[in-house]
Amino acid sequence: MHAYANPARFLKIARPLTGWFGWVGAVLFVGALAQGLFFAPPERLQGESVRILYIHVPAAWLGMAGWTGIAAASIAQLVWRHPLAAVAGRALAVPGAVFTALCLATGSLWGRPTWGTYWEWDGRMTSMLVLLFLYLGYLALAGAEKERDGQGRLTAIFGLVGAINLPIIHYSVIWWNTLHQGQSIDLLSGRSSIAAPMLWPLLIAALGFTLLFGAVVLMRMRTELARNRIEARMKRMAAE
Amino acid sequence: MNPWPFVIAAYALMVAGTLALVGGSWIAMRRAEAEAERLRRGS
Repeated sequence: MHAYANPARFLKIARPLTGWFGWVGAVLFVGALAQGLFFAPPERLQGESVRILYIHVPAAWLGMAGWTGIAAASIAQLVWRHPLAAVAGRALAVPGAVFTALCLATGSLWGRPTWGTYWEWDGRMTSMLVLLFLYLGYLALAGAEKERDGQGRLTAIFGLVGAINLPIIHYSVIWWNTLHQGQSIDLLSGRSSIAAPMLWPLLIAALGFTLLFGAVVLMRMRTELARNRIEARMKRMAAE
Repeated sequence: MNPWPFVIAAYALMVAGTLALVGGSWIAMRRAEAEAERLRRGS
């Protein structure tokens, strides 16, 4: 991992990867939207409203994956003092927050025709809302620390502590009686209760969303590294 | 209840949010990298 601690070496890999992730992700994203809207079959009980599944589930997955990445970056920063870890953590926060907000909004729109309500304070929905607040807190803290020329250690600790919400989100449908449906895909065993004609479009959507998310994270890391170079050069120019 | 208005609203939100996120990040990256390159060449 430390082989990529050098920003120049990281950028050499990140530049081509940004394009690959972005374009392949965009093609899969558009294909998944078309598949979800026009070609996937309606569900026996939910009917056409099940089409929201193809955007809601990938958004939920990315909201949680984003914070998993923040927690990993926090460990890399606190334990190994990896110089790019803080940059990666900050780059993950905005896309993570956006997809968490989109997950909540699309879930709410799915809930109205399915459950008869936009919102219920049940375990899954409430813990996802807490995740959104954690992202907003992380962004505020990261911004404040950067402004004070801090090393981002407080932000990294916040990123680690916030990870406690991830198992709560995951197990909320098992621990509590919730309006939200239970787990349909078990990543550990690879089992799924979703029929194949609906599962494949969902997996393609998840892959497309993930690649786009990766492209956005790389773009944001490149932006911060470029801004750091600008700041360093301005300081040198001011000193001369 | 007709589910289509909810389905369309959810898809529209997702497309708008994703486009804003990807587009905003791309523009910010291009601007920052162009400025860094301009300063590097200028000095």
